[in-house]
Order: sequence, then structure tokens, then C-alpha cells
Amino acid sequence: MSAPTLSRPSPSEPTSADLASTGEPIQDKSFRWLLFIALSIAIIVLGVLLVFLVTKGFPRLDSRLWQNMPSVRFPAKAGAQSAITGSIWVILTTAVICLPIGIGAAIYLEEYARPDSKFYTVVEINIQNLAAVPSIVYGILGLGIFVRALALGQSVIAAGLTLSLLVLPVVIISTREALRAVPQSIRAGSLALGATQWQTVSRQVLPAAIPGTATGAILSLSRAIGEAAPLIMMGAVTFITFNPNSLSSAYTVMPIQIYNWTSQSREEFQVLAAALCVLLLIVLLTMNAAAIFLRNRFQRSW
Amino acid sequence: MQSTQAGAASGISLRQSRPRYGEKVIYGILTACAAVSILTTGGIIWSLFVPAWEFFQEVPVTDFLFGTEWSPLFADPEFGVLPLVSATLIITGIAVSVAIPLGLLSAIYLSEYARPKARKTIKPILEVLAGIPTVIFGFFALEFVTEFILKPIFPEIDIFNALSAGLVMGVMIIPTVASLSEDAMSAVPRGLREGAYALGSSKRQVAVRVVVPAALSGIVAACVLAISRAIGETMIVAIAAGQQPNLSINVLEGMQTMTAFIAAAGSGDQPTDSIGYKTIFAVGSLLFVMTFLMNMVSIRLVRKYREVYE
Repeated sequence: MSAPTLSRPSPSEPTSADLASTGEPIQDKSFRWLLFIALSIAIIVLGVLLVFLVTKGFPRLDSRLWQNMPSVRFPAKAGAQSAITGSIWVILTTAVICLPIGIGAAIYLEEYARPDSKFYTVVEINIQNLAAVPSIVYGILGLGIFVRALALGQSVIAAGLTLSLLVLPVVIISTREALRAVPQSIRAGSLALGATQWQTVSRQVLPAAIPGTATGAILSLSRAIGEAAPLIMMGAVTFITFNPNSLSSAYTVMPIQIYNWTSQSREEFQVLAAALCVLLLIVLLTMNAAAIFLRNRFQRSW
Repeated sequence: MQSTQAGAASGISLRQSRPRYGEKVIYGILTACAAVSILTTGGIIWSLFVPAWEFFQEVPVTDFLFGTEWSPLFADPEFGVLPLVSATLIITGIAVSVAIPLGLLSAIYLSEYARPKARKTIKPILEVLAGIPTVIFGFFALEFVTEFILKPIFPEIDIFNALSAGLVMGVMIIPTVASLSEDAMSAVPRGLREGAYALGSSKRQVAVRVVVPAALSGIVAACVLAISRAIGETMIVAIAAGQQPNLSINVLEGMQTMTAFIAAAGSGDQPTDSIGYKTIFAVGSLLFVMTFLMNMVSIRLVRKYREVYE
């Protein structure tokens, strides 16, 4: 390592690092290694987690998992079909509710609101705070408002509404970023040709921001799929052995089913839990990959 | 940061001469969407504080905050929340002492050392780590960390213990600390780095003595947010740290956190007018107030560094 490596200080092109003193003293070298090790630890734990889940869940990673219903007494016959269909129902409901509202709020904040208005400041601080409110608190909100005050009970719609509020800040923040990436000249051109504000937004800005918006939408829904805590508060822990068939059906979801199985003492249920963890991770990784693909494939640089 | 005001707002009136009611309706709808966030906060406050108020009609606030015995569901209930608070703080402490050093060092690596290509591979990996459901982390803590790592080292460890929950939670929070700190470091102007290089600094000196101090408010914001997330995390502690209220500093024992209590009590079926049921909201209010204060500190700090550099 005698020759100075042309390492780069920042994401953009080099230069300043080339000016750094030549030769690397031992403190610098060990510091570099310390940084590298710190970063590796997180990645190694992720690797160990994945390997552990796959090896532990492997014996039950078969069609029984999605063809059979949960069973307390017969672990060999138990599956997670009701949890899988429940997750699909809940997520679709969440998507239908939270995407329009989140995108609408983002359009308002980016395209319409005056940044110096009181309302804008209040909404913005609210969103930042809501993004960091513990998910179990959303469960209490869902319990208080949707389950009890609106008397929706332990239904798919109550879960969808609660999860919508939970992921709304994520949708809003990512959509705003996508809108902000659309250059001003597009808006100016459209307005100059006589388009109204909404025509400009709906025909020029939004289509240009679709890839970024879709990426954010997928990532926020993948967060909703993995949530268990708020739904526990809303009474989703009971054993459900049927698929939901309407918005008012009772339901269970994959994370809740995992939680249920981890609290069983028999080892077979732990294996089942691991198998369902793997399935859930496959779904999430697929969604993540789709988001990254969308980002890379369709994102225009202006 | 600043919203992009469309060109129409500036200077000469580009507005149409006749009124367009459709535009007004759309403006109203969009404003309503933005107002949902305010309603959500209002809903949280209403659904927490109203039942909590009823709770404090029956139990004095001082008994709640300073009592050392927590057994709200027993025939002879005690409502001292300290065991839950101490468990929350102990586990948060463990998590944060894992996540802050590792997250911060990772951020320095990503921001100052990694080549663009390395960043492009590492960042999605951290995103995956950040996206793993916490119920899976809880399962991992209980079935792997306790079983295969901690038990061989501490044979007397409880099956449910604070240590494994804290450690795994720490790993879970690393991406939060890393990505927010990295944002702050990337916002430090190049001029500062170049000035330091011109004075003959090494890369490490630039990173540690220039970039980190310059990004400090953002880094502190990341750490505060990490603490807030650790306090509010539910599934890991509910699964791996157990459901036994325990005022102890022995991290090898099981202990129930505030969130774990809420989840356990919320999933049980108690009559809604019972005092045991209302404790959920009292503990929930305390949890909300704690995390709310930290979030506000964090938001303030982020605004500060953005004002300075952007």
C-alpha cells in the first residue's frame, strides 16, 4: 500500500482526496479497517439471520404452508393459508386507502401550499413526528377509533385503515421526493402554454414522477405487510382458520401467525414459524427488488 | 426542503380570467389529504389521553410514576410503572450502545471512504436489513441469539432475557443511524474537506475532525431518533424479553417493557371499563410523550443542519 490509492471522499468525482498526504500512517489504516468491520457486522448479522431461518424452516417449506389452515393440535398438518390470504386482503385495503391520500397530500405540499403558511409548517412537523410514532401507538389509535368508536370491530377494513395511517408519512415523504425531482422548467412550460395548475400537475408533473412514486409506494406497503404490533392491539391474535371474504371479515396476517407460533412451546411450531418467516421475507425481498428495479429502469435524469 | 412553488405564483398574473371551480374542488381535496396527518395526531391524542384521564381519576399520578410494583391485572392491583420504564430504558440502552457506534462508523465509511460502486451495493443491503419485520427479529433473538450465542456464554441466562432483545434491536436500528448520519455527512460542503486536505490532513483526520463535527447536529438527530425507535419497538421485546415485570438491572433476566405490556394487555380480553384495561392507555400515553419529545428534538436538529448547509 505504498502508492496512494485514489480513494474517493464523496459520491461525486474525486480530486480532493488526491491532495491528501501521501502514505497512510498506521492510525489511518486501522481506522479504515475499524470502519469496514463496523459495516460488516450489520451485513454478517443479516446473513446469519437469513441462513438461520432457511435452515430452521426448511423441513416445512412446502405446499402445506399455503394450502393448510393453522392448527393448534396438529403441527404436522398446520399451515398458514388464512394468514397469507389475510395479509393480501389487508395490504390491498391499505393500498387503496393510503396511496390516494398520501399522493394527494404530497401534491398539496409540493405543488400548491405556500411554504411560509402556518398550515404547511404544522402539516410538515406532524408528518415528521408521525413517521416516528411507535407502531403500537397506532394500534391504540385503531383500537380507540376504528374498532370501538366507529364499531368496525376486528375487521379487515379496521386493519387497513390503521395500517394506512401508519404508512401514510412514508408515502407522503417518498412521493414528495419524486415530485421535487421533476424540474421546474416542465411546470413553467406547461403553465406558459395556458394549462391550469391541476392540468400541469396531472398531465406533466405526476406522470414524470410515477417511477419515484411507485418505488415509495411499494416500500411503504412492504412495511405494512411486516407490521404486527398495531394489529395485535386490534384483536388480531385469535386463531383464525378461515380466509377473509369481505372487508368486514375477521382476519389474521403472516406476522401475527408467526408471533402466535413463537409463543407455542412445541418445537414443531418453531419450525413452522421459521418457514413462515422465510415466506414473508421472500415476499418482502421481491417487493424490494421490484422497487429497486423500477427506480433504476424508469427513473429519468433530467 | 422548500416546497417548489409553481411558476404561476410569481410576478405577472398568469391566472385564467374566468373562475374554474374544478380547480378549486381539487385544491380542497388535496388540502384535505394533507389535513389527514393533523387528524391522525388528533386521533392519537384523543384515543390515548381520554381513557388515560379516566385512569388517573382512580390512580394517583404519583403512584403510577414512582411506584415500584406493577401488577395491574391482579386481584390486589399495584400500578407502579417503574419496572416497565426501567426495563424499557435498559433494553434501549443495550440497543443504542450497539447501534450508535456501529451505525456511525458505517456512515463514515459510506460517506467518506466507500467508492460509488461499493455504496451502490451496500446501501440496498442496509435497506433490506431495515425492512425486515420486527417479529422476525424477535424470533431470531429468542431462537438463535439466546439459544446459540448467549446460552453458551452465560449458562444461567433466562430463556426470555433483556440482553438478546437489546442486542438484536441494536442491529435492527443500525440502518436508521447509518442512513440518517450519512445524509448529514453528505450535506457537509466539499469546501470544508478540501480546506482540511490543503492543510495536509489525512483522510481519517478529515473524517473525524472536520466532517463529523460539521455534521454533528444531524448525527445527534439520528441518535435521538434511534433511541425513540428503540423505546417504541414492540415485537422484539414481546417475543424475546418476556412478560414478567421486573425491576432489576440484571440483563440476563426477563423483563417486561412498556410496549410489551401494552401488547400483552391489548391482546387479552378484559372488559373495556375495567381499570386493568385503562392501564393500557396510561402506559401508552407515557410512551407517546417520551417518544414525542425525542422526535421533536430530532426534527429540530435536522432543521438546524439543513439551514446551515442547504
